[in-house]
Amino acid sequence: MSTPQTLFDKVWSAHEVHRSDSGQSLLWIDRHFVHEGSFHAFNKLEERHLPVARPALTFGIADHYAPTLSRTLDEVNDPKVRSMIEQLTDNTAKHDVTLFGLDDPRQGIVHVMGPEQGLTQPGLVMVCGDSHTATHGAFGSIAFGIGASEVAHVLTTQTLWQTKPKVMRITLKGQLSPGVTAKDIALTWISRLGADGARGFAIEYAGEAIRSLSMEARLTLCNLSIEGGGRCGMIAPDQTTFDYLKGRPYSPKGELFDQACAYWSTLYSDADAVFDQDVIIDASEIAPTVTWGVSPEEALPIDRFLPTLTGDIEEARARQIRDSLDYMGLSPGQKLTDIAIDRVFIGSCTNARIEDLRAAAAILNGRKSRVPGVVSPGSTQVKAQAEEEGLDRIFIDAGLEWRHSGCSMCVGMNGDMVPSGERCASTTNRNFKGRQGPGARTHLMSPAMVAAAAIEGRLTDIRTLASGAHTDGGHS
Amino acid sequence: MKPIEILATTGIGLPHANVDTDQLIPARFMKEPRSVGYGQFLLFDVRRDAHGAPSPDYPLNQPGADEAEVLVSRRNFGAGSSREAAVYALVDGGFRCVIAPSFGDIFASNAVNNGLLPAVVNEEDAERLLKALDEVAPVEVNLREQRIRVGELEVAFTINSVWRTKLLNGWDDIDMTRQHEGDIETFAATYAERFPWAQPYPGGAPLIGKG
Ligand code: SF4
Repeated sequence: MSTPQTLFDKVWSAHEVHRSDSGQSLLWIDRHFVHEGSFHAFNKLEERHLPVARPALTFGIADHYAPTLSRTLDEVNDPKVRSMIEQLTDNTAKHDVTLFGLDDPRQGIVHVMGPEQGLTQPGLVMVCGDSHTATHGAFGSIAFGIGASEVAHVLTTQTLWQTKPKVMRITLKGQLSPGVTAKDIALTWISRLGADGARGFAIEYAGEAIRSLSMEARLTLCNLSIEGGGRCGMIAPDQTTFDYLKGRPYSPKGELFDQACAYWSTLYSDADAVFDQDVIIDASEIAPTVTWGVSPEEALPIDRFLPTLTGDIEEARARQIRDSLDYMGLSPGQKLTDIAIDRVFIGSCTNARIEDLRAAAAILNGRKSRVPGVVSPGSTQVKAQAEEEGLDRIFIDAGLEWRHSGCSMCVGMNGDMVPSGERCASTTNRNFKGRQGPGARTHLMSPAMVAAAAIEGRLTDIRTLASGAHTDGGHS
Repeated sequence: MKPIEILATTGIGLPHANVDTDQLIPARFMKEPRSVGYGQFLLFDVRRDAHGAPSPDYPLNQPGADEAEVLVSRRNFGAGSSREAAVYALVDGGFRCVIAPSFGDIFASNAVNNGLLPAVVNEEDAERLLKALDEVAPVEVNLREQRIRVGELEVAFTINSVWRTKLLNGWDDIDMTRQHEGDIETFAATYAERFPWAQPYPGGAPLIGKG
């Protein structure tokens, strides 16, 4: 009998071109995404007169600097932002790389667009110069973010040197309670293990609660793997995965699809496979969760209070709490639901898929937001779909701005920023200092929780909101 | 890349945990070409007060900090994004080594690819080094022996052995990989036969927007 293998091992070993004496593996890369920020890598090729080895395996996407108020470059005021998008167009054209540009109906945030187009498939190794590449692992691929030197390496060799990480399994026992989402699962495990808790590990998410997640929710969960330090996050493919992929533009067709499904069905961790670390979480214990500080590990269930600095608390820990509360303009022991917000943002590769917009719209339907805010769909197709369903009207009627798709206020590169000192309830992935703009204060939460916060003008427990008021938002 | 064997230089402490990539270089500076020098963007926002003036008590603003080539910090240094610009900011700012109890994964490999040594020490040693480097002080980092010395204090550090070799020799991955060009060709051919569906196939199917 062969040795039992994990899902990760199976995919990894199918991609090993070579293993060096020192134990590093040269991995074959199936899919490579480049965005505007990849100009450093293209410049490296230029300097060394190196070609792109396999242009058919790289795809360009305009997302990080994409304007959300218009789809034409003429309306971008900042010449430097414009030049970022132009450089991507030039570099991809020069090297024969397919580009999903600003005006392409397939445009979207790379981690939304890849799955949507069927470019993301089980069993692949995928990379992109963006740390949230882990998202694609939701299909059972190994997907991770790389830096510009590595982007250049992939462009010119279609391979990458990697040291094999350890593998951690996070199992969710039982089922999630109503109002609890993939975002809450992620914030819960990260707050328990720490923002570097999975450092050096590839993560496999397993268990009953994971199996019942939709493809969109799985993408959200894997997306956040990096926030706990994980190299990548994976979920074994199943019927949900295959159904999602069938008929997508880049999915295999006809007989090839059946062959693919047959292979994809072998991609799971064998029953007695050994993991380097096993984490078990009781799904029913997870509550709607929000971050209160400046690292995703600083998260708490919404019905709790901010940490206090009394009692016997370790000095290093106290220092971190003090520093975070100070930046966030909060006081120890405050009730989370007493925290007033200044604006909301619904967007990013974490939570701007159609399901996310439906969840937020269901809460906002027929209600008004007390604060200004922006909704930026994860892709141009998500935008079109949402408009077909009338979700755009719900957001607009609630007083929020309905924009084009792009990274937008997740990272502020295109100029969409949270003003200094303002507090934003956000569906994004990072509450780092200054992430949404210099001095911006970010609270991460699920789309429905952001919608609830918008209605109340403060952090709000979705469970009490839903039971208190009308629930006619029949868009789920 | 400039090889590293022994750095006999000055160091400075940055006693914060989770110094993430967004702090190391705020996103708005990443539109700049590398030729402008990214050192000017290093920790740009966090080292300034609300009016944009350098905060006098921020460690990197103290006299002599400009000259430091070694930075000691707390856990989870460089967590966050894959932006290699975070490493460029440190390297262009003159740093050749960062010492911390843990690093963001992608940050660490980006660092090595740019000749910046990410040295891992345990929490206690990090605290001792931070104390010794409360002000800019001479420090010696010996990569071959994996030891750090500040005055009387001497501590060991760890680093992935492949990274150590790369840094000691100043090696570049692309050069290393080109020796395997033949292997890659053979692999690619076999792979395409084994997994024909894995080729991206535009297929000409209509665009669909499934929920
Ligand atoms: S939305 Fe944010 S996290 Fe996602 S790809 Fe864009 S910048 Fe990265």
